[in-house]
Amino acid sequence: MTTQLPDTTGDLIEDAVAVVPAPGLLLAALDASREAVLLCTTADDTILLVNAAARELLPGLAPGRTALQAPITGLAEAVAAGEQTFTTEYAGRHVLGHRRSLDDAHYGWYLLDCTEETRRAEALTLEQSRTAFLAEAGRRLSSSLHQRRCVRTTVELAVSHLADAAVVVLPADRRQCDWLRLVTAGAVEEGTFRERNLAEVPGLAEALGGFPPIPSRWLDAAQVPAWLLPEDFGPVGALLVTPLPGNAQPAGALILARRGPHAVFAADDEMLARIFAARAGSAISAAALYREQVDTTAILQADLLPPELPQLDGIELIGSYQAARDALRIGGDFYDVFGPTETSPETVVALGDVCGKGPEAAVLTGKVRQTLRALRLMDAPPAAMLQVLNQALLQAGRQHRFVTLVVGAVRRTDHGRVAMTLAAGGHPPPLVLRNDGTVEEVPTSGTLIGVVHRTVARTAEIELAPGELCLLYSDGLTEARGGATGTEHYGELRLHDALASCQGLPGTAVVERVRQLVSDWVHGGIRDDIAMLAVRAPARTPLSLRGGGAPNVSPFAIDARRGDRRTRQRS
Amino acid sequence: MTAFTTTPPPSLDDPAFADHFLQLVGDGDEYGAVEAVTALLDAGAPPQRVMIDLIARTQSRVGELWAANEWSVAREHAATAISERALAAVAARTSVRPSRGRITIACVDGEWHALPVRILAETLRLDGWRVDFLGASVPGPHLVTHLHQTGPDAVALSCMLAIRLPRAHAAITASRSAGVPVIAGGRGFGPDGRYAKRLGADAWAPNAEEAVARLSADWPPAVPGSFAGSASGSRGDLHGDSLGGSLGGSLGGSLDGSLDGFLGDDEYTHVVRRRAELIGTAMERLVAAYPAMTAYDRRQTDATAEDMGHIVDFLSAALYVGDDRIVTDFVDWTAGVLAAREVPPAALVAGLRLIRDQVRDCPRAATMLNTGLTRLPA
Repeated sequence: MTTQLPDTTGDLIEDAVAVVPAPGLLLAALDASREAVLLCTTADDTILLVNAAARELLPGLAPGRTALQAPITGLAEAVAAGEQTFTTEYAGRHVLGHRRSLDDAHYGWYLLDCTEETRRAEALTLEQSRTAFLAEAGRRLSSSLHQRRCVRTTVELAVSHLADAAVVVLPADRRQCDWLRLVTAGAVEEGTFRERNLAEVPGLAEALGGFPPIPSRWLDAAQVPAWLLPEDFGPVGALLVTPLPGNAQPAGALILARRGPHAVFAADDEMLARIFAARAGSAISAAALYREQVDTTAILQADLLPPELPQLDGIELIGSYQAARDALRIGGDFYDVFGPTETSPETVVALGDVCGKGPEAAVLTGKVRQTLRALRLMDAPPAAMLQVLNQALLQAGRQHRFVTLVVGAVRRTDHGRVAMTLAAGGHPPPLVLRNDGTVEEVPTSGTLIGVVHRTVARTAEIELAPGELCLLYSDGLTEARGGATGTEHYGELRLHDALASCQGLPGTAVVERVRQLVSDWVHGGIRDDIAMLAVRAPARTPLSLRGGGAPNVSPFAIDARRGDRRTRQRS
Repeated sequence: MTAFTTTPPPSLDDPAFADHFLQLVGDGDEYGAVEAVTALLDAGAPPQRVMIDLIARTQSRVGELWAANEWSVAREHAATAISERALAAVAARTSVRPSRGRITIACVDGEWHALPVRILAETLRLDGWRVDFLGASVPGPHLVTHLHQTGPDAVALSCMLAIRLPRAHAAITASRSAGVPVIAGGRGFGPDGRYAKRLGADAWAPNAEEAVARLSADWPPAVPGSFAGSASGSRGDLHGDSLGGSLGGSLGGSLDGSLDGFLGDDEYTHVVRRRAELIGTAMERLVAAYPAMTAYDRRQTDATAEDMGHIVDFLSAALYVGDDRIVTDFVDWTAGVLAAREVPPAALVAGLRLIRDQVRDCPRAATMLNTGLTRLPA
């Protein structure tokens, strides 16, 4: 057709105006359109024409009435307000309308059915928010191994996205169930209730029993007991109880509640809650498993960790134990102190290093310490203790398991002095810091323990004047690698210097300073355990580093106050 | 000096009493120091004030006296030990039933200045917190294990020296990844806590009092990794200078520690990897330039190498957080300490130059050291 027409558009329009089609034809054309069209008068908004598509989309519209009273509220409001567009929901359809002016006296509404688009957009938004919620849930739940924290995160997440109130109930322990709950805009609360009250909450006993979740519509929200939610929560409209799946048994149950008479948990909500509960459950049960392991390890460790040092009269003891960075806080190094017995006023100190690391070394450490404790009760002198321990280890039959050890018997002598009998087996000899700042090596040496049947141990006797200190240490100290090159051993010479620089310091400060110097030396985490145990004869008068500092009090007064002395146990 | 132990009742407002207490800790007089604080408490002084206004202030004076070369290292250490005993005596006199949450307090790995943190621990205890004090130099893994085991509401992390900032960052990141918000404190984080922001801490406090105040209201700062925040905290924001600017009032770059980026760049990595080599070469060249050094004994050599190590470490920290003020602050402070000991700054100048000459292929590092050198007479 186009090829036969005159070549200007102006002619075309003139031609079209010239030929006026019959109104019936125009009506038919409008009815054939898939777009819904309303034709109205500008003067009083009377609807003149409703095409077929419009009749289908908006049943109830008829020509002759005014659009102001159309049953479609969105349309009536837009007409009244003179709006150019409106969107509305009518008879289950989403409708978008555009107004077009047609001539001075008429205008038309062109209406689109966007139900599908709206539904898809809503579904996409919902899906995106679910995905984001689950991603956040996964991230936050996986961040902690602490059970209470995981439970708290669970209720926080649930309230942020799933319900007005969330309660997590943990499985019963000794007929008590711990719970933790959160209500929108509230604070987390926690408590316990009796196991026999479980049945009062619809679906809870089943959820904790490991049964599959019961759909929300089967749970009667009216039966929720008053104790489950805060008093001011109001009537529960919808209830959902979901198991929190665990390893062998459920990790707990998640109770979700929505307010208001019309509240529901739709199928999608239930599905989302279930997926969320699966993640929360695995996080909570992992945390529970971790806690069980920690508790078990703590029991095992209790005997292996350095002991609390006793407070002795006239003898100051300062211990320090630094475990290597990795693994548990137990390793091959140890020290122990055995107080006076009925038959002996001496205190026995021991510091040693078991070959190897980790649990195996720790077990041997425990055996060695127990053996020493028994030997102490027999009042065995240090060298004899080493000898018997050697026999005991050899007879235990474990090959390649040896110990280096230094044992000292400590006693007070007169004038506040402290005497020590020391014996070493394959261990670095202890160092003595004298009051004049000199550092001496205790002349004791001996064979490694647990390797050969015949051992030799050279016993040494030393005496400490008030203020002097004897340091027992493990080779982790001298073998700490660091310095400028990062590979050089700290070494005995540096340790001598370090100790000499501690002249006049209180015992705790000496041990702390040595620790600090070695830490600075390694410039990073220590790679081996370091154990130190210092025995010090307490200074009789407050030390004076600069002279003139000592208040004028009698030595007797100081003795009288010695009971107040608080020895720092472990640094 | 014994006058204060009898009459009149001691007062925190009396500067003479503070001097008296300084004297006691400086003389290593444990009994005297404990008696002094006990007398204060008996006279009705609040324990918080005794800890903050007396013990903490005295401790800063001890630090100043050391820096001014009035007190030896040994005396400083002895004074610190006595202050700790006095603090323990104050703590033993007061007990408060925990009414707030639980908090873990630790010094960064390698950090040994424990007294200020101990004071914080005691002040928080008095404020009703349940406090786990892990002590000085806590390795990162030990801290994280503790967090998983106790699930605290906050970690208070102390860093007094800027050279520990990279490790502080590791600890902050690990804590926040474990879902525990971090409040940072200590001079190492900068005078206004600027590095605390950079390293992603949730809050910063310049002293124990403000830490207590900060923690007493509105804690945790926001739900960690809250829903709205996690989407906007994109990874791209976390690098470089945009971080500091985007933080505004609240600290904490992203809301999830595990999403925080490594802050160091190639120059940082380069300097840290070559630490031993940088120090070794500097030492060799120093001997060549100053033949007198061949006569140095091991102690003097160790001390010189340690000084070189400090230059490299402060440079590394400055590169890590991208702020040359760490280098200039270090240079100013060292120059002050040297001046107090009547040591000419030539040695520091030589050290800075020797390291700078080796990092010429790292323009940022070289610029930082040059900026440091401008603080010193040539």
